[in-house]
Amino acid sequence: MPKLPTLKIPDAVVPPPLRKPPKPGAAGEPKGDAPADLKTSPPPSKTDGDRLLDQAKDAPADVLAWVDQRTGASGFLTGMLYRKVPKGTNWFYTLGSATLFAFIVQATTGVFLAMFYTPSATQAYASISHINNDVPLGALVHGMHKWGSSVMVILIFLHMGRTFFFGAYKYPRELNWVIGVVLLILTMTMAFTGYLLPFDQRSFWASIVGININGTGPVVGPYLSDFLRAGPELGATTLSRFYAIHMLLVPGAIIALIGAHMYLVVKLGTTAPPWVKADKPKVAAPVAQLDAGVESNGASPNGASRS
Amino acid sequence: MNGAEEAPRQQRAKPDPPGYFEGESMTRRRAFTIAAQGLGGIAGAAIILPAVGFAVAPIFHRGKERWEAVGPTGDFVEDTYRQVVFTETEGIGDAGKTTAYVRMSSKELDEEPGKFVAVSNRCVHLGCPVRFVEAAGNFICPCHGGVYDFQGKRIGGPPVRPLDQFQTRVRGGQVEIGPRYSVTSQMEPVRARDPGEFTGGIWEYLYPPRPSTFPPP
Repeated sequence: MPKLPTLKIPDAVVPPPLRKPPKPGAAGEPKGDAPADLKTSPPPSKTDGDRLLDQAKDAPADVLAWVDQRTGASGFLTGMLYRKVPKGTNWFYTLGSATLFAFIVQATTGVFLAMFYTPSATQAYASISHINNDVPLGALVHGMHKWGSSVMVILIFLHMGRTFFFGAYKYPRELNWVIGVVLLILTMTMAFTGYLLPFDQRSFWASIVGININGTGPVVGPYLSDFLRAGPELGATTLSRFYAIHMLLVPGAIIALIGAHMYLVVKLGTTAPPWVKADKPKVAAPVAQLDAGVESNGASPNGASRS
Repeated sequence: MNGAEEAPRQQRAKPDPPGYFEGESMTRRRAFTIAAQGLGGIAGAAIILPAVGFAVAPIFHRGKERWEAVGPTGDFVEDTYRQVVFTETEGIGDAGKTTAYVRMSSKELDEEPGKFVAVSNRCVHLGCPVRFVEAAGNFICPCHGGVYDFQGKRIGGPPVRPLDQFQTRVRGGQVEIGPRYSVTSQMEPVRARDPGEFTGGIWEYLYPPRPSTFPPP
């Protein structure tokens, strides 16, 4: 596999004291003839314009340094963005990020749909037709939200399958599996409550069937159905209730749990795929090879490269 | 304790915390911690409990009994059904309407004479609308093939009990339709259950009646 170039932080955002000095002779100012004498030919003094230009060049770094001094964010961010991943990490490991991306699409398009949608039993259907037929790009945004929900459900299951088949749910990552299962349930809740919102025949009857299936749970099922419908029959308050659950209650819980999920991913690291054999334990270099604490040149005894 | 060995340590013991007095049962810090957490809990409960109560209140609320006239008594006969549409839930327009199949009670089926029978078109499997098929004399559900006989008793498919019925009465020569109720397999009326829930016997406890429904006739 070709080696990809490592990511370099541009000098513009690194505060001057932390910048890597250019290698001698490699880059930097072109080497001219050495000045014979600084006294006879002093370097040209800087004009105000040059000074302003230098300040402008350092401005992004200064702003970042100002924020970093007050938040200490750079240490956290470097730790998170430059963390080591195990050998064998492959495309399957992107399914979690893909699910997160699907959620971000849902959140963004949902906010804009809410600007035109009316959660009223008598006006909901008309407002959705208005979005689809009259609002510029309305059909596109609605379509992204509608199809995106299926994409998110598919991706979350693929992500779950990857975690299961790679054994990534095992110690010490059980809690992250549990959080993931709760996220799966919340995602299904989103899909279920969102389905009613267009309030057409399909969503109306699908919600009735869904609530009735839920009601077949013994003892608590019938009461849970009454809670979901806000009464014995699907009515005007059912729609407002589903709308509130869909756009206020569950999204907040999902965002909080995604935060916890990702914190644990960064904290615990990811697993190698099951087919990758663990490295042989590295043998410490014999003391004789060490000279005053400086490691000798050459490869380490077991041939493992240090990258 | 160890006496001689402990003695030097006791000399370096911390001074008493502020507010200490001889024979106190808990430190001042602990008392304040408990008081602050208790007050915080009460304040939190004062916000959370009404909000939760607000959300679950509909479980315990029963709406007003609603009766709607669906036609003069002469419109309905013993040997077939007539389809009527009426409002079951107010405030949501057409979505709140439901369909019932109405006929006069039949002597052949050992029913109380002079009454009217209103059978709900809601399939008790999952709530799809059933249709009365005149030629077969059966109710048939389009979704999963549930079949009910002329009285509404299940004779095939996945449904779990006979079709629901509505209370009926006659006011001023008009048949009026009232609250919904469910029936057991022996056609005994019970409080309305949602589709998919069995009725009668032990099922009355596994699917308990909901406070939001009306008592059966």
